[in-house]
Amino acid sequence: MINTLLQGILLGGYYAVIACGLSFMFSVMRIINLAHGSLAVAAAYGLWLLAAKAGIPPFAGLLIVLPIMAAAGWLLQRFILERSARGGTLLPILTTFGLSIVIDNLLFEQFGADTRSLAPFIGNLSYASWQLPGHIFVGKLAVMMMVTAVVVLGALQFFLSRFALGRAIRATAEDPDTAGLVGIDARRVNAVATAITMVTVGIAGAFLGMRATFSPYAGGPQLLFAFEAAVIGGAGSLWGTLAGGIVLGLAQSLGAQLHPQGFLIGGHAVFLLVLFVRLSRFGMPVLDKLAASLRTRLRSPT
Amino acid sequence: MSPNATLASKGISIERWTKASRVALGSMAAVLALLMFAPAVLGAGAIDRMTALFIYVILAAMWNALAGFGGLVSVGQQVFFGLGAYFTIRLADAGLNPFVALFAAAIVTGALSIPLSLFMLRLKGGEFAIGMWVIAELAHLLVNLDRLIQGETGTSLISLNVYDGNTRRATIYWLALTAMAALLGALFILMRSRAGAAMQAIRDNEEAATSVGVRVIATKRLLFVLAAFGIAVAGGLWLATATTFQPKTYFSVQWTAYMIFMVLVGGIGKFEGAILGAILFFVIETVFGSAGVWYLIGLGATALIFSLYLPRGLWGEIERRFDFQLLPVGYRLKLPGPHKIKWEE
Repeated sequence: MINTLLQGILLGGYYAVIACGLSFMFSVMRIINLAHGSLAVAAAYGLWLLAAKAGIPPFAGLLIVLPIMAAAGWLLQRFILERSARGGTLLPILTTFGLSIVIDNLLFEQFGADTRSLAPFIGNLSYASWQLPGHIFVGKLAVMMMVTAVVVLGALQFFLSRFALGRAIRATAEDPDTAGLVGIDARRVNAVATAITMVTVGIAGAFLGMRATFSPYAGGPQLLFAFEAAVIGGAGSLWGTLAGGIVLGLAQSLGAQLHPQGFLIGGHAVFLLVLFVRLSRFGMPVLDKLAASLRTRLRSPT
Repeated sequence: MSPNATLASKGISIERWTKASRVALGSMAAVLALLMFAPAVLGAGAIDRMTALFIYVILAAMWNALAGFGGLVSVGQQVFFGLGAYFTIRLADAGLNPFVALFAAAIVTGALSIPLSLFMLRLKGGEFAIGMWVIAELAHLLVNLDRLIQGETGTSLISLNVYDGNTRRATIYWLALTAMAALLGALFILMRSRAGAAMQAIRDNEEAATSVGVRVIATKRLLFVLAAFGIAVAGGLWLATATTFQPKTYFSVQWTAYMIFMVLVGGIGKFEGAILGAILFFVIETVFGSAGVWYLIGLGATALIFSLYLPRGLWGEIERRFDFQLLPVGYRLKLPGPHKIKWEE
């Protein structure tokens, strides 16, 4: 039982990494990118390609894939999101959904239906573990994901509060028009924010490939996990995302103990429960609230 | 002087019907009447394809009602498609005639959508879109737990076997045609009613609509439930043509991708747009459907390009360039002088 709980908590690290990009982008640009999960899967395929075809191990491969992801984020903002965001709130949903279909099927066209994994390329990291007292084993990779989640979230927080560009991002999130008046180029800021988001998506893709298998159509579920973690953790700042990821991971691990299909059902059920409680008690859209509190927190960094 | 008389004195008038739209409605009714006789003329393959077309029209019109008129983009509408089919299986298994079960299942699904709407409609934009997707995934997993369905193996609508092939085919065709006509008619009447005006006001500006006394949630719920019911009917009809029920197929997000494609290409928020989009999708599928994955890439890319460069869709462009409406659900303001017409939607 303690083992299950521990695995669930550590799984939360992965969800926190993939969710932080989603909620970061929402808080800055008010866009929920429906291709978020597909992009993570594409990054995993990129790492797999480098490892299997060029012999570059995934951790070194990140040095190549993450800059590509950042560049892709820049392009994504300039050519797709910026244009669609001008058309109101409905258009970005439709555009990014179309994009996700294109990415998923291009991956399928290129790589076929076989499932892939990065596990064979990282030595024994995918199964190595530390033994704790009481016959409890914690996977080294799982611990690494949790540490990375804390580092990524902390770095993001630090960047937003200490750097001029970070402050510009916060100002644009707060009020793009006023930010423009004081000389902040919202276009550039949004492009940087998307590039940062995509770096986190790339890291999430790497973990996705290392801890399990992936296939071309795995993007949809990853998007749902990211969204669920962001919504569950909605009450807090970026750290709320970590909490949300942990709750989601716990719900899934406990669900899996109850029933073979319980892994996913447990996660969805907790998500709906949180949604229901929050909406019925406060009557306020969840992510708006997340963004509001994120901005409040960012305005006065503690 | 009444407002209309004031306008009239300035040469301005408000119209809801044009000559073209009266002709269009008349010819649509005539076409529908003619289509009733198709099973006597056309072969089995053609009838099956026509049935598929009617189902696509229903899907497009219902998704358009929700997104185009209600401003609610859902990526989880496959939940109602899947539930429509699932409850048809369940009710037929309980001994109900399969054709009756199909409509009873849609009513059950529509009823289920009411409590669902209570909190889903509080979500906005992308939250609503993905939230519905989560609902669809959850429904899929729960249906898999049903012993009768046997997980992903699925099951068949065996009670259809008592009908011989031709009777079955013709009956499903007529049911699909009737369902399409009834749903389109209901939507048309609804959109031209007071509720329709309220819906379009909400879509255009929710705060402004609230401030003039529109009951936002109640109006959205009406659309949500109608769309749930209509898509469930489509799911039941699809099951009747395919007979086998595999949860993976029916709860696939691909159905929503098709709906989005049809509506975006045809023209979101245009009554005619959804119909045109469904017909185009049907033709494209017939021609390119065998291209497999490239066909899907093409659909996704087309949806992406339309949303970026032609957000009004084909019908929206036709309407704008030629000042042409066949089935208007808005009001038309006629001004004196050149460029005299303005559509208010």
